[in-house]
Amino acid sequence: MALSGMRGLSVFISDVRNCQNKELERARVDKELANIRTKFKNDKGLTPYEKKKYVWKMLYIFMLGYDVDFGHMEAVSLISAPKYAEKQVGYIVTSSLLNENHDFLRLVINTVRNDIIGRNETFQCLALTMVGNIGGKEFSESLAPDVQKLLISNSCRPLVRKKAALCLLRLYRKNPDVVSVDGWADRMSQLLDEREIGVLTAVMSLLVALVANNPDAYWNCVSKCVRVLERLTRSQDIPQEYTYYGIPSPWLQVKTMRVLQYFPAIDDPNIRRSLFEVLQRVLMGTDAVKNINKNNATHAVLFEALALVMHLDAEKDMMAQCVGLLGKFIAVREPNIRYLGLENMTRMLMVSDVQESIKRHQVQIITSLRDPDISIRRRSLDLLYGMCDVTNAKDIVEELLQYLTTADFAIREELALKAAILAEKFAPDLSWYVDVILQLIEKAGDFVSDDIWYRVVQFVTNNDDLQPYAAAKARDFLDKPAVHETMVKVAGYLLGEYSHLLSRRPGCSPKEVFSIIHDKFATVSTPTKAILLSAYIKILLHSQTVDPELQNHVLAVFRKNETYLDAEVQQRASEYYALSRKGPSMVDVMAEMPKFPERQSALLKKAEDTEVDVADTSATKLRLMQLTSTAVVVADQKPANGVHPALTRVPSGQRNIEAPTVPVANGGQSPAPVDFLAIEAAPTHSAPESSPLVGPGDSLALALMDNQASTVQIGLKAEWRGNQGRIVLFLGNKHTAPLLSVKAVILPPRHMQLLTSNVPDTIPPRAQVQCPVEVTNLSPSREIPVLDFCYNNSSAMVSFKLRLPVIMSKFLQGATLAPADYIARWKALMGPPNKLLQEVVRGVKPLPLQEMSDLLGSLHVAIAPGYDPNVNNIVGAATYFSENPTLCLVRIETDPADRTQIRLTVGTPDTSVALELKEYIKERLVDIPSGAAPTSLPGMPSPADDLVGPAASLAGLI
Amino acid sequence: MKSATFFSSLSSLFFANKHSSHTGRFKFEISSDAKSPKKGFGRLREWFDRSIYRFDRDAFVLLQIQAVFLVSRQGKVRLQKWYTAYPGKDRPKAIREITSIILSRGSRLCNFIEWKDLKVIYKRYASLYFCMCVDADDNELDCLEVIHLFVEVLDRYFGNVCELDLVFNFHKAYYILDEVLLSGELQESSKKSVARVISAQDTMVEKAKETGISHMMSSSSK
Repeated sequence: MALSGMRGLSVFISDVRNCQNKELERARVDKELANIRTKFKNDKGLTPYEKKKYVWKMLYIFMLGYDVDFGHMEAVSLISAPKYAEKQVGYIVTSSLLNENHDFLRLVINTVRNDIIGRNETFQCLALTMVGNIGGKEFSESLAPDVQKLLISNSCRPLVRKKAALCLLRLYRKNPDVVSVDGWADRMSQLLDEREIGVLTAVMSLLVALVANNPDAYWNCVSKCVRVLERLTRSQDIPQEYTYYGIPSPWLQVKTMRVLQYFPAIDDPNIRRSLFEVLQRVLMGTDAVKNINKNNATHAVLFEALALVMHLDAEKDMMAQCVGLLGKFIAVREPNIRYLGLENMTRMLMVSDVQESIKRHQVQIITSLRDPDISIRRRSLDLLYGMCDVTNAKDIVEELLQYLTTADFAIREELALKAAILAEKFAPDLSWYVDVILQLIEKAGDFVSDDIWYRVVQFVTNNDDLQPYAAAKARDFLDKPAVHETMVKVAGYLLGEYSHLLSRRPGCSPKEVFSIIHDKFATVSTPTKAILLSAYIKILLHSQTVDPELQNHVLAVFRKNETYLDAEVQQRASEYYALSRKGPSMVDVMAEMPKFPERQSALLKKAEDTEVDVADTSATKLRLMQLTSTAVVVADQKPANGVHPALTRVPSGQRNIEAPTVPVANGGQSPAPVDFLAIEAAPTHSAPESSPLVGPGDSLALALMDNQASTVQIGLKAEWRGNQGRIVLFLGNKHTAPLLSVKAVILPPRHMQLLTSNVPDTIPPRAQVQCPVEVTNLSPSREIPVLDFCYNNSSAMVSFKLRLPVIMSKFLQGATLAPADYIARWKALMGPPNKLLQEVVRGVKPLPLQEMSDLLGSLHVAIAPGYDPNVNNIVGAATYFSENPTLCLVRIETDPADRTQIRLTVGTPDTSVALELKEYIKERLVDIPSGAAPTSLPGMPSPADDLVGPAASLAGLI
Repeated sequence: MKSATFFSSLSSLFFANKHSSHTGRFKFEISSDAKSPKKGFGRLREWFDRSIYRFDRDAFVLLQIQAVFLVSRQGKVRLQKWYTAYPGKDRPKAIREITSIILSRGSRLCNFIEWKDLKVIYKRYASLYFCMCVDADDNELDCLEVIHLFVEVLDRYFGNVCELDLVFNFHKAYYILDEVLLSGELQESSKKSVARVISAQDTMVEKAKETGISHMMSSSSK
């Protein structure tokens, strides 16, 4: 069949089809794209037909997976065409080609609206379809009322109304505020009386969303939904065209049951009774049939009915009936049904009381672990994991271990992990646990993470009875051929600690143990070598009678490794060598490890964390999870260039938190305590004791705010150039519920221009949004922008303020001047008119001269050592970038007799810069932050300087 | 899978090399609370990568068809439609990944696979695979029959539809899909009703073409 008359398009499609390989196809597509581009460029002559043709070609190319980054405007412009044929192409191509956030869509909102409110029904349909498929937030705000009108209008045909219902659903998803709860509860209830099944199906989809968001408001719909179900299951008044293989619209049945699952509980006894009658009919009346589509459709309804029964917490009999059905399903031939049987059984585990009846099917479930289909194997693994408890742990874990040898790669890691978790959680006795983990390492060593074997070591160390057993087992495993490295690690550790408990057994003398371990030494990695060295010395010193031969061996190994490439191994080898030569007096040093303090298993903790994830996506039971989070402010730790880590707790429930004081990691050497949210990298070139506050371009900080249940994480990254900067704020929701009504407003100080991009209203669970901010510094000031962040965490509004690290030194850049030039400039500034600002600052934190100079350097002032003949003085220069760059000269004169006072001079052609910069440097030098800084006395006579006079005359300025 | 990131934070076992003076022993320490090697930004980044698929996920409405696509046995895309704002540049990659899993599966296996945190429902008709990405909690068989419904509608329209029909009439396939699905939901389950709408559309386009041609002819003869 030819493409209705568009020859050019057909030819192009055949060309692409005939391309022998990917390269030729690419070339053909590129050629076509170039052609379209030129056509569009001089488009004055394009007829509507041509325009349509090229737009279709674009869509075809896009569909093949190529990037089409032009011509969007042409596609969009077709929407405004008066004729149906063009409009149709415009709408359909736009909705496939563009993403909902595309700017061009804004241009057509008006046209779309006119089509929706216009009288042309076909145009209405086109517009509703596009908005329903890609409408974004802006569409939501401007079109929702019109779409609602269409949905409830009596004069519209069903075709328009069902599109309106689904279009409204899209708009509602983008912005729930567009449907006001009060008015709509009644309207939805009326809409459920609809006889036309097509419209009713669309309305039901809309209702699922409305109820999921706010079940309380739509109670009045419950009885109507049950009535719809009755109508469908009894096949009353269902037109032939709405039956599917003889079943009255299975999709509507499923949708309706879905709606009912979003109501917390249905208490009305009458409604409950009729609902259970319906469900009973579905449960009883579904038999497997030959026709695959009919079978699928009936089972789609059946599985939904099962989910609803579970949700309603039906009587025991009915639950047992459900489990019975599922038990039947997991044994059938049809793979889809097997898959769904297992999946639904897993869901059923959340319902209490059925575990016992599910356990009856354990054998069949274990069989499914060997199903040819990996999707089914995964389900089976999940189910086994979920149904495991103390009574069946042994069976299940052993099955998992057996399966591990044959399991495919894709599933192995998960399998190993689950086996380890179950073994730890439900171990009937600890020796069994040790067995399981050692087998696990043997069979799937690559997938056994360190956490797993650490845990074994902890258990063994803390249980004296277990130690000989574990050591003996470890010894046995080392005998096997091809031992995994993780096994060498754990066996080496255990034998080092406890092999002396075995010394009477055959083959377990210290010498034999040593040699069996040392066999592996040559082939293992460096960290393992280190563990083995420790084991050797322990074996040596634990043995009651020193065997000279063993001692010689061990000492030789230590000697040999004293020159090993890795420092850790080297150090151990030489220290152990020295220690072991001291003889028996060292036995104490090498005694067994003390017991570990009880701690929660890292493994189980992780398992719990992921269970939160799983619960998050489960619609059958929305479990409320209390996240126990810790609030920390975390800074990236890169010790190499002197970044300081810092941790701070933000108290729970505190509102309007000024960013907490961050203790500085390098002790008392930092000149000023930092009260910023952000901790930044100190420049690489400066000494580590420089203030961590000021740094080079890239900065990074994270904050976690803990407000009882929710956790917000805010990170920051920044780049600076001249008087401009770009900050990216990372706003993260670590909680499992969305953050609503998010607002992040930055209150800029007057001297700065800040361009903030929009922050989305909602941050989905465990998602993060980025918010770029453009900063332009206009005039000198020490003021700091404040981020005002607020959100609704479903229980309350939370807001807090954080100061952003947009500080003066971000706009400073060190300037290097030749001595003569420097002095000339200094003299020029001295005036007249005098442009030097001078102040004697007292209460300065006493610092060695070098540190003070480093501090100045860290503020991006280039130090010019030796320019000032007085060795107690520091001079430097920097360029300050605001609207115009200004050169600033700085001098600090210190008094060797009294280190707490200095005289600070700042000179710039622009006195406002000088004033701000002087105050800024002063704040850094005084160990108490600005507010409480000791008052300084400008113009105080100070020893030996001729600048006193001018400084005094400027004192009034300050 | 989740377990891939499960253990990204490795605890580290370290042996302190110093004498611990008060016990006079070598202290072996197992630290299970050692910090993750990926701190700060790296971790944030990883978390962000993991959560990207949840970005458009409406937090409270989990059920939705996220995308529909048709691929041939050779892996050529014959139709794709996305109902979420999944980033355009990542789409080809997602389709490639899913396709490669599906193409490698045998014919007697079930019609569902799990990909990222979505489920893909697929069914093969002759040389074409019809695939649908849905939320993990959606009703799988329900979606599978939506696929079949779509195929029946295509069949009715083209008369024993084959891959070539869809290649050369991909735009028709888009029109028909838009009448079957909207907003990621089933819009119309009556094949008759869809057929009526599509044929009405065809008539209108034909009409427009005729008037267009006559218009062109009249303008060229001037």
